[in-house]
Amino acid sequence: MEIHHMALAGTLESNDAMIEVSPAEEGVTVEIESIVYRQFADMIEQAVRGVLQELGVKRCTVRVNDHGALDCVIRARTETAALRAAEEKA
Amino acid sequence: MRRSVLFMPGNNAGMLLNADFLGADGIILDLEDAVSPAEKDAARILVRNAIRSLDYCNSEVIVRVNSLDTPYWKADLAAIVPLRPAMLLTPKINSAADVLAFDEAIAAVEQASGIPVGAVRLMPLIETALGLENAYAVASACKRVAAVLLGAEDLTADLNCKRTKGGNEIFYARGRIVSACRAAGVDCYDTPFTDVNDAEGIVADAAFARSLGFSGKAAISPRHVTAINEAFSPTEAEIRHAVEVLETIREAKAAGKGVVSLHGKMIDAPVVARAERVIADAKQLGVL
Repeated sequence: MEIHHMALAGTLESNDAMIEVSPAEEGVTVEIESIVYRQFADMIEQAVRGVLQELGVKRCTVRVNDHGALDCVIRARTETAALRAAEEKA
Repeated sequence: MRRSVLFMPGNNAGMLLNADFLGADGIILDLEDAVSPAEKDAARILVRNAIRSLDYCNSEVIVRVNSLDTPYWKADLAAIVPLRPAMLLTPKINSAADVLAFDEAIAAVEQASGIPVGAVRLMPLIETALGLENAYAVASACKRVAAVLLGAEDLTADLNCKRTKGGNEIFYARGRIVSACRAAGVDCYDTPFTDVNDAEGIVADAAFARSLGFSGKAAISPRHVTAINEAFSPTEAEIRHAVEVLETIREAKAAGKGVVSLHGKMIDAPVVARAERVIADAKQLGVL
């Protein structure tokens, strides 16, 4: 799946995350800002990369602004942002 | 026993996380009115992941999908049905044909997902004048229908009348829904009480709904759940009376008596049936 433009999903509320997916020349880069960075940054990155792999995204930059979201929420927001970013604009 | 069903906005991660701990017998994860058109995709994916990952063990999971006149409902079914929620709440149901359209589409997803056809039950939401007039046809449209919910906000708009706290304008609708559901043999749920801060109002409204014969009531605020659960649970006095009725009947049968009375009142078949229902409810709630 190709990322065509920048897209956002999620919110900055507690237990949620705002995730931005944008196009990149090569590879997947994940930048994380989180209130629980020290404890969970690795798991957040793993969740984001797992979703992108399932969707077949090979090139993009992901910025995660996490406010204590569970794994299933991080995954949902990443999937939504990636699908939105892959939509061809009319 | 399903007494309270609590609406939770489908795109709110924090609320989905806490939904199972609010005391409601059922939680309605909402993909319809609580979600703006721009966020339908996000809510659908979030609710799907929440059901898949979170252990909702205290409350039955019900998902309100979007209505047949929107471009969203088929995607909602494709995402949610494979996870086998207890029920789907289907809005703006006007006729048996609307129920059957959902039934057919759900069956196709069930078959494709390898789950038994009919596993996901339906709770049609009646919220139009046409739906109300077709209430029995809706409630008895197919075996998948387990309950019906009355939605008074949209209904009163359709009836061209003002929605009031007293609820005189929905008296006919409430009676019609209860009668149609009892005739069809399905549960019936009353419309939510919308003043979140009126603690006395919800107690009175829930008690009134129970007196009409509803099985339970929907809530839009966790603050209303306790009042609803209490209103739709048998009281200690009701349980005591039911036990007495059944004991009296047992003793009468053993003594070969045909007609029996308790405290000067004749015990006939409807009294026994009501007592049996109270005992069954009390046992289910673990109070007997």
